[in-house]
Amino acid sequence: MKSLKAQQHPLSKIAYELEVLDAPVNGVKFADKLSESDLFPLKPTQIDILQINMGKMCNQVCKHCHVDAEPDRKEIMTKETMNQCLNVIKNSTIKTVDLTGGAPEMNPEFRWFIEEIRKISEDIEIIVRCNLTIILANPKYHDLPEFYRKHRLEVVSSLPYFTATKTDSQRGDGVFEKSIKALKMLNDAGYGKEDSELKLNLVYNPSGAFLPAEQSGLENEFKKRLKNGYEIEFNSLFTITNLPISRFLEYLLRSENFDNYMEKLLEAYNPVAAANVMCRNTISVGWDGFLYDCDFNQMLELKVDATSSQHISEWNQKALVEREIILKQHCFGCTAGAGSSCGGATA
Amino acid sequence: MKTYYNPDDLKNFGKIGEFQKPMADKFFEYYGEVFKEGALTAREKSLIALAVAHAIQCPYCIDAYTVDTMEKGCDEEQMMEAVHVAAAIRGGASLVHSTQMMNKVKEISM
Ligand code: SF4
Ligand code: SF4
Repeated sequence: MKSLKAQQHPLSKIAYELEVLDAPVNGVKFADKLSESDLFPLKPTQIDILQINMGKMCNQVCKHCHVDAEPDRKEIMTKETMNQCLNVIKNSTIKTVDLTGGAPEMNPEFRWFIEEIRKISEDIEIIVRCNLTIILANPKYHDLPEFYRKHRLEVVSSLPYFTATKTDSQRGDGVFEKSIKALKMLNDAGYGKEDSELKLNLVYNPSGAFLPAEQSGLENEFKKRLKNGYEIEFNSLFTITNLPISRFLEYLLRSENFDNYMEKLLEAYNPVAAANVMCRNTISVGWDGFLYDCDFNQMLELKVDATSSQHISEWNQKALVEREIILKQHCFGCTAGAGSSCGGATA
Repeated sequence: MKTYYNPDDLKNFGKIGEFQKPMADKFFEYYGEVFKEGALTAREKSLIALAVAHAIQCPYCIDAYTVDTMEKGCDEEQMMEAVHVAAAIRGGASLVHSTQMMNKVKEISM
């Protein structure tokens, strides 16, 4: 499996991807649906979460990856940009810092950055989106669970299913077995226990062109299966819908599922989920410091519609709160059924 | 090529009220009620529906409940086990009738 970029796939050209995502679904645009729900133009409510993409480098090459990440990607955040992020964290209303990638841990300044955030605030919530296998990828990462514990990070990790077949078919051969080992290491560090302050949350996303299951029912099933099969505990399961961009879009087009999938998302449009989309309280920072409405818009290179504040170095909270969120057809993925966000269902 | 079944017709199921609205409305209301979470979970009901779809060999229902069970978080193994339940009952239903055959054989044999 190679990234779209390495394959020089037409979809690695953003202009082409945006063209595909501009087509109405059965004559309907996402903005039309929001208008029906009195939500257009879509505006932020406040900015609580700073989601920082520390780079596109990853030890895995998952089939559905919206970042088009892989080990050979070179785009990673510099210390200079991290310092600019720290400045914003110090001087804004940010309550949560959400670190993502690629594998954020592969950024050589990852640990330094977290230590610096903790120097600013002991209370600020820090989330790390850990792909689990990174912990076992190299001896230098084996102590990550201990590092997370020391700095009281919340760990959010993808595990598409409680069986090897389904997990490996989406994330690569052997990923399930390694993920189970990593989860055990996290449990051993105190993560995921029922009353523990150290939260370990798992992320489920469908392994194909269908919508996710209802979150609480699936959480119970995951808990039962992981406990009985592997003695593993975790706190919550977040169900996430695959958004039709990047590698998942390529899969949809190649398998001729694109039209049906988009219709499914449209049919399942839920105004309650629309009111709660995550871009309303989040700003996403790219590896190079540019600002986006969310990690998906970041991958589509759709910078925030606030000309005076498009880079972390020129952060202007007022301009950001007053901006209009940029919408395309992929947004239907956030509003289908029970809704979808980096924190799971929204409705 | 013309065929008796057209996958796109599944999307038109909701339009059967065009010819008889009150009955269709009652049916869909009942249908919705049946599949709600109850003493059985929505997931269990979906697996039963998948098994029944195979027993009655309805291609529309097989399509619909394959997607539905997957959207309820079931995996291929669970889905295939449900179909085996349908197959076992169908096979068993044929075989259990062999007792009638056996009775008849005994009745007319010396
Ligand atoms: S682990 Fe995450 S970032 Fe890495 S390839 Fe998979 S989905 Fe992409
Ligand atoms: S894709 Fe991004 S911009 Fe669109 S609704 Fe979802 S979070 Fe908002």
